[in-house]
Amino acid sequence: MSQPFRIAGHGRVDHAQPVRFTFDGRTVEGRRGDTVASALLANGIHLMGRSFKYHRPRGVVSAGSEEPNALIGTSRGPGRFEPNTRATMQEVRQGLTAESQNKWPSLSFDVGAINDRLGRFIPAGFYYKTFKWPRSFWDKVYEPFIRQAAGLGKSPTEADPDHYASRHLHCDVLIVGGGPAGLAAALAAGQSGAETVLVDEQAEIGGTLLSEPGVRIEGQGAWDWLAAALAELRTMPNVRLMSRTTAIGYYHQNMVGLCERLTDHLDVLPEGAPRERLWRVRAGQVVLAQGAIEKPLVFDGNDRPGVMLAGAAQTFLHRFGVKVGNRVAVVTSHDSAWHGAFDLAHAGVKVAAIVDVRAEVPRVLTARAEALGIEVLTGHTVTGTTGRLRVATVRVNPVQGGRVGAGRTIACDALLMCGGWTPSLHLFSHTKGSLAWDAEAGAFLPDRKTEECEIAGAGRGLWGVAAALEDGARAGAAAAKAPGRVAGVGTFAVEGDRTGSGVVAKELPTDRDAGLAKAFIDFQNDVTAKDIRLAVREGMRSIEHVKRYTTNGMATDQGKLSNINGLMIAADALGKEAPAVGLTTFRPPYTPTTFGALANLRKGRHFEVTRRTAIDAWAEATGAVFEPVSLWRRAWYFPQAGEDMHKAVARECRAVRTAVGMFDASTLGKIEVMGPDAATFLERMYTNPWAKLQPGRCRYGLLLGEDGFIRDDGVIGRLAADKFHVTTTTGGAARVLNMMEDYLQTEWPDLDVWLTSTTEQWAVVALQGPNARKLLEPLVEGLDLSDDAFPHMAVVECTVAGFPARLFRVSFTGELGFEVNVPARHGRALWEALWQAGQAHGVVPYGTETMHVLRAEKGFIIVGQDTDGTVTPQDAGLGWAIGKAKTDFVGKRSLARPDIVAKGRKQLVGLLTEDPAVVLEEGAQIVADPNQPIPMTMIGHVTSSYWSEALGRSIAMALVEGGRDRMGEVLHIPMPGRTLRAKVTVPNFVDPDGQKLKV
Amino acid sequence: MLLIHCPYCDETLPEPEFAYAGEAHIARPADPMALSDEEWRDFLFIRSNPRGNHFERWRHVNGCGRFFNAVRDTVSDKFAMTYRAGEPRPNLDALKEAAE
Repeated sequence: MSQPFRIAGHGRVDHAQPVRFTFDGRTVEGRRGDTVASALLANGIHLMGRSFKYHRPRGVVSAGSEEPNALIGTSRGPGRFEPNTRATMQEVRQGLTAESQNKWPSLSFDVGAINDRLGRFIPAGFYYKTFKWPRSFWDKVYEPFIRQAAGLGKSPTEADPDHYASRHLHCDVLIVGGGPAGLAAALAAGQSGAETVLVDEQAEIGGTLLSEPGVRIEGQGAWDWLAAALAELRTMPNVRLMSRTTAIGYYHQNMVGLCERLTDHLDVLPEGAPRERLWRVRAGQVVLAQGAIEKPLVFDGNDRPGVMLAGAAQTFLHRFGVKVGNRVAVVTSHDSAWHGAFDLAHAGVKVAAIVDVRAEVPRVLTARAEALGIEVLTGHTVTGTTGRLRVATVRVNPVQGGRVGAGRTIACDALLMCGGWTPSLHLFSHTKGSLAWDAEAGAFLPDRKTEECEIAGAGRGLWGVAAALEDGARAGAAAAKAPGRVAGVGTFAVEGDRTGSGVVAKELPTDRDAGLAKAFIDFQNDVTAKDIRLAVREGMRSIEHVKRYTTNGMATDQGKLSNINGLMIAADALGKEAPAVGLTTFRPPYTPTTFGALANLRKGRHFEVTRRTAIDAWAEATGAVFEPVSLWRRAWYFPQAGEDMHKAVARECRAVRTAVGMFDASTLGKIEVMGPDAATFLERMYTNPWAKLQPGRCRYGLLLGEDGFIRDDGVIGRLAADKFHVTTTTGGAARVLNMMEDYLQTEWPDLDVWLTSTTEQWAVVALQGPNARKLLEPLVEGLDLSDDAFPHMAVVECTVAGFPARLFRVSFTGELGFEVNVPARHGRALWEALWQAGQAHGVVPYGTETMHVLRAEKGFIIVGQDTDGTVTPQDAGLGWAIGKAKTDFVGKRSLARPDIVAKGRKQLVGLLTEDPAVVLEEGAQIVADPNQPIPMTMIGHVTSSYWSEALGRSIAMALVEGGRDRMGEVLHIPMPGRTLRAKVTVPNFVDPDGQKLKV
Repeated sequence: MLLIHCPYCDETLPEPEFAYAGEAHIARPADPMALSDEEWRDFLFIRSNPRGNHFERWRHVNGCGRFFNAVRDTVSDKFAMTYRAGEPRPNLDALKEAAE
């Protein structure tokens, strides 16, 4: 391939190394060191995408990470597709597949471009004005339309096969930005001995120096000085240089997040290499040396392919050896574009004209231009461009005394613009550091700092290589002094430096109807100058409102190019000064960051911990189906051949009610409460009385918050006068321990009590059913398990199947039941011993679903299912669990509050559907009168609902307003297509007198 | 991510080791039943929510497990100091003077 716009031997790319990739299916050749953007430009391709709203043809605007237009999809095979990659940042690699976005059917002919013609009908705020009514249009018309139009690139649909690494790093000085200021800072800090890290987002460290080879530093060419400086830094063991590394966010106390790109530039993926690495750096001092970003000028047609920033053209020329055109025109409000034009002229590019909006331009610039044969048009404006897929002409007009004169057109194949420079203070803004408008610099500069940081170079409005070097050295030395080191401030002799100044412009003046101009501010979101003015006319006063109404600055580039232009125009429309209007807030990340880097190792199995009990492997081997319960995975049911869930649960339920079932209850939270004041402590924490509970007995405990609402429950056994075995719900264990610790440490530090989490120390097997005692008896040594000797709610420390155990006689099913606790390491062996012994007694393993059905048949609540944080003991029918004689416990006072004792609170009741075959949906809403107009008054909802195998019908529990006064009443549950009827009952469906426990 | 000084461990450690635990210096009344409904409501729900220095509780939950108190600026998120549970509310003016 010819690469007609490549200058042989020029730039920092390796001309001996061609690299081939495809763009929209067409093979393109670049050079090693190219970005996709520079390689396309070398081949004369400016058209790189279509815009978001109007589908206008767009080309590359910048040469860096601020690029708004040249967003491409990149791929290197299945699952490795990435949308919205900036072509200016993606380095070329052999075989890279790149495609343009937001076009159909093709980039050069796009149907959606009709939006461009309709532009006047879809102004700012269009969505808010149009998609309002009729209401019925929402689902079928408006929402599909908005969804179709939303977003630029297409999300990949396959799982990402790459992995992403993560590291922590601590250093004395972190320097962000590897231009002259950052390098000088690194030299100063490094020489002092401070642990120093320098990061730069580009593939090559050097920043501006890479685009300014003509500057001489310390008698060397810029690139020689750069090479020497990097070589010196590399010899320092205390300095770490990181390229392709973006500082994405600056967080509290000098924590900076870095994203390092490791493989996207490589032809061949190294086996097992992470694609990106996320660094969390904690730095003693941070030096922000991020330079400045060039501003576009705002005029009609400033978005045509071929119209780009003058500094970008200079970078493409010097760094990549690429001419952005053969005949360029320049429009500027700042000196810097003049230098870029001179460089292009020296490289053999015809510069048709330099248009400067300023009437007065330094004579040294105009003289040089004239010497190079460039037409100089000071005091001029640009009022339009032509060219369908590439700029062809630019229309320029003289401006005198505020009046725009007659226009003339100048032919060009590229138009370079420069509206001055915006200090890059995004990271500084992340720290809530404040900015102050500097009228002389025409920019916001850093003001009040909140973190230990220095801002150096163009970031604080200092232009030119000499100023950047000097300021960087100062910042680096200052940062290094903080850790107690002596650092010298270097001085640099610089020749050929190109400082300059400019003016801040709003839209350029025009002789045409400004209302028809397509003068873009935010290229990526297609926001024009007139959109900003419309927003102000329609009442937006705050810059934050203007931003949201117009979407200015809300694209993936966060308005790096557009914010100041938008502000200037909004300020003009509001008749205020820029600082009085203010800036919107920059937030992390600095540039778009992959989900992969952020999610990092936390994906798939590592997304969160899976807790498994000692018996989990047995359940898995037996074919259990599992369900997650908080972080645990628990056996849900144990299907046999041919069984679905319903059949398996019905069989498990029958077995427990008629024979005996085994249940892995190990996940129950367990807290050992010990000490002389243990009983006093529980007395204060739980609603129930504990002082008189005898060792060897246990009791259902109910825990409230101080607001009187149920927080947790569980059986508590007293093993000795000073030793309690507290159980909690599976999900509530950590919360309950935290609450107990809180009261013990901060309210009652005088109590002599120790709390220890023992959840994972004990494996627990529940044996439930009429045969439970028969199964267990032979395995328990020297203990009488008869009802008289070991009655319901007894607890004992003993030996079961040869293992030391805590044996509880408790029931969460209404059947005769035992729970055997053994040290977790014996859990599997205990389970298997019980399983063996149970074969003679018809034992079945059962899971959490059967457990739920059996407890619901008894009306036992599950905290968090039948309660929701607004349910008191009385609401739940647990008033009996409150120690009537107790003067205080957590939540007691709240139970006397007026709204807690008021009539009509929701109370837990049973529901029996009129049709016994219908199982209500949990969460279904309940109404008293199904014929009332919509929206109906809802009086409650279904909390638990199951098929009861014992009753041969459905059962349900529900929270219903004044529920206990509605016994026998028929309530209605409206469902799609039908309304169900159910009768209110007491929530205790099986063996309501509890006879089965007394055996 | 904040760095927080645990006054029990006497070490400055990263935020994930700690959990926020609400406003500090709100003691549970010795006899809640003696309080009027309004007084009890205030104890339960009414919090100062200041702009600026906030006295608050933290727990070194993934460390020593102790609850302690802190003074943190709700605007800047910066900790002025941390101190042990049970210690009196520090005098912020004195603190400011000491810093200057």
